[in-house]
Amino acid sequence: MKKLLKISSILFLFFNTNLYSAEQTKDLLKPGWSFKGFFGKFDRSSLQRGYQVYTEVCAACHSLTYLSYRNLSEKGGPEFSEEQVKIMASQFILLDGPNNDGEMFERPARPSDKFVSPYPNKQAATAANGGAYPPDMSVLVKARKGGADYIYSVLMGYDEAPSGYELDDGVYYNTYMPGNKIKMSKPLMDDLVEYSDGTSATEDQMAKDVVTFLAWAAEPHLEARHKMGFRAIVYLIIITLLVYFSMKKLWSRIETEV
Amino acid sequence: MNDHNYTPDSKLGKWFNDRLPLLTLSKHLTDYPTPKNLNYWWTFGGILTFCLITQIVTGLILAMHYVAHADLAFSSVEHIMRNVNYGWLIRYVHANGASMFFLAVYIHIFRSLYYGSYKNPREVIWIIGMIIYILMMAAAFMGYVLPWGQMSFWGATVITNLFSAIPLVGDSITTWLWGGYAVDNPTLTRFFSLHYLIPFLILGLVILHIWALHVPGNNNPIGIDLKKPSKDTVPFHPYIVIKDLFALLIFLIIFAFFVFYSPNILGHADNYIEANPMVTPAHIVPEWYLLPFYAILRSIPDKLLGVIAMFAAIFVLIILPWLDTSKVRSAVFRPLYKQFYWFLILDVLVLGYVGAMPAEGTYLLIARVATAYYFIHFLIILPILGKKEKTLEVPISITDPIFAGSSNPAMTKKYQDKI
Repeated sequence: MKKLLKISSILFLFFNTNLYSAEQTKDLLKPGWSFKGFFGKFDRSSLQRGYQVYTEVCAACHSLTYLSYRNLSEKGGPEFSEEQVKIMASQFILLDGPNNDGEMFERPARPSDKFVSPYPNKQAATAANGGAYPPDMSVLVKARKGGADYIYSVLMGYDEAPSGYELDDGVYYNTYMPGNKIKMSKPLMDDLVEYSDGTSATEDQMAKDVVTFLAWAAEPHLEARHKMGFRAIVYLIIITLLVYFSMKKLWSRIETEV
Repeated sequence: MNDHNYTPDSKLGKWFNDRLPLLTLSKHLTDYPTPKNLNYWWTFGGILTFCLITQIVTGLILAMHYVAHADLAFSSVEHIMRNVNYGWLIRYVHANGASMFFLAVYIHIFRSLYYGSYKNPREVIWIIGMIIYILMMAAAFMGYVLPWGQMSFWGATVITNLFSAIPLVGDSITTWLWGGYAVDNPTLTRFFSLHYLIPFLILGLVILHIWALHVPGNNNPIGIDLKKPSKDTVPFHPYIVIKDLFALLIFLIIFAFFVFYSPNILGHADNYIEANPMVTPAHIVPEWYLLPFYAILRSIPDKLLGVIAMFAAIFVLIILPWLDTSKVRSAVFRPLYKQFYWFLILDVLVLGYVGAMPAEGTYLLIARVATAYYFIHFLIILPILGKKEKTLEVPISITDPIFAGSSNPAMTKKYQDKI
């Protein structure tokens, strides 16, 4: 039994260390996230502020295609009220159709609609951004090694290029980007948005909020997962103990140890 | 199988059993005499059966929502993750289930290597097991392609390209496998079809594997032949059933940690980027369980020879019962083999590590040495060792070892404690 526990913990540690090659030159910034850990939950007001930063800043170029407006009022997310979401969705215009006359028409978005993308297609997005496609942000946090820490680090990692470092037009220096070059200009600066809850919109605050929002966007059921995981593991431990003692009792008839 | 004469108590049972002896089978399975000294390394057979069934059940549900089309596969996976009720749970269990399946199968295989379970009279069990293992790798590889992320696409490209190394017909074979001139929609749809088929082939082979096991019965930690049933054995039910269940529950706790708290740690971040034939990822790496073979493949500078070496690495395992010439099964009584065994484990871990690293510089050198040692172990060390090694005295029974004061201090101590 003890041996087994030891072995399983070694195995767990072994697989928990990342197997794939690391090539990050600099250690990522780790501001600490409320959604990490066994009981990790999203900070509700941070999610709401993050949505604001996304719509007012990021959404100019970055789509969020796998999300629907209705997700904003669902449990475990920013939890806006359904009324709020109706109003928020209606501020976006999308192309629908064809109608019965065969015409395409524009209408305001409804909560059931997917997030409206800033560009009609990938090519348009690429062309409008100097040949660099602004990646869709739906699963961005999961699609980058380092996850939330990485996105946060890139947002905060804009800096003057070291002297002698050649940068082309439309390319910016970023400490945490692989190769240190990024085609996105510095997106956040102090007081770029005005938070309605009175939080002061520092660059750092906005970065944290929007990364929290994107972490939720990538993993909308994270809270349900953590909650169920805790219950499942507690249940498993209890039943394991019961089975263990039953086993001991049964095997006591045999002279061999289990 | 010594229970052919079983007669059910009830009349109906007897009537049915005369026509289809399912009750005889069930009686055989519950009474099956099992060595009473099996340790926890023997519980992985049951765990693996559980893994297979979990993969089939979760896969069945995923297939109801997944769309096998190059343009829709990636978004259908996101649809499962977001909109399907508990879709995230089903998918994370399936994805991590593959890793847990391989973790268990590696333990199962290395248990067999340690205790000589592949030896006479269990060669057929071993060979069926190896075929299952090969099918598992095929299923896992094709399953990894289905989400149609960057690693899916480029992994599929790299692996299918291996066949182009075959002289003369290589390119035609690759085109035939792809269903076109590159990995594309036809490749995805056939991979989906085969990914759905293979688990059922595995299930059939698992039945054969267990059937073949029930002919000679289980090997055991001291690797001796037992009289069955006897003082050395216990009936499978309830003794082994409850022990397997206990081990399975421990396994499930670890499984649950992955599913609920680090569901993506064993995957690669790039696979959350939709497949793009125009952009090659910086490093193309397979899933962790294929890394040792990937290291062997890349350690050889010639493509064809690399592919041959990779397949040979599996082939030497298939013919292992004839490479290991030792009459003694268990490593407990083979002091030298024991050391080589642990060294082989180290070697395979090293291969796995360098498989994840870029194939250049020191990594490449280490990969070459480790590859060479892998083959030396099976092709040179094992045949010679079996003939030269001075093994320890093997007891003739689990309960009453005829030696007390044997040359094996561990065994003597164990039995002295009992007396």
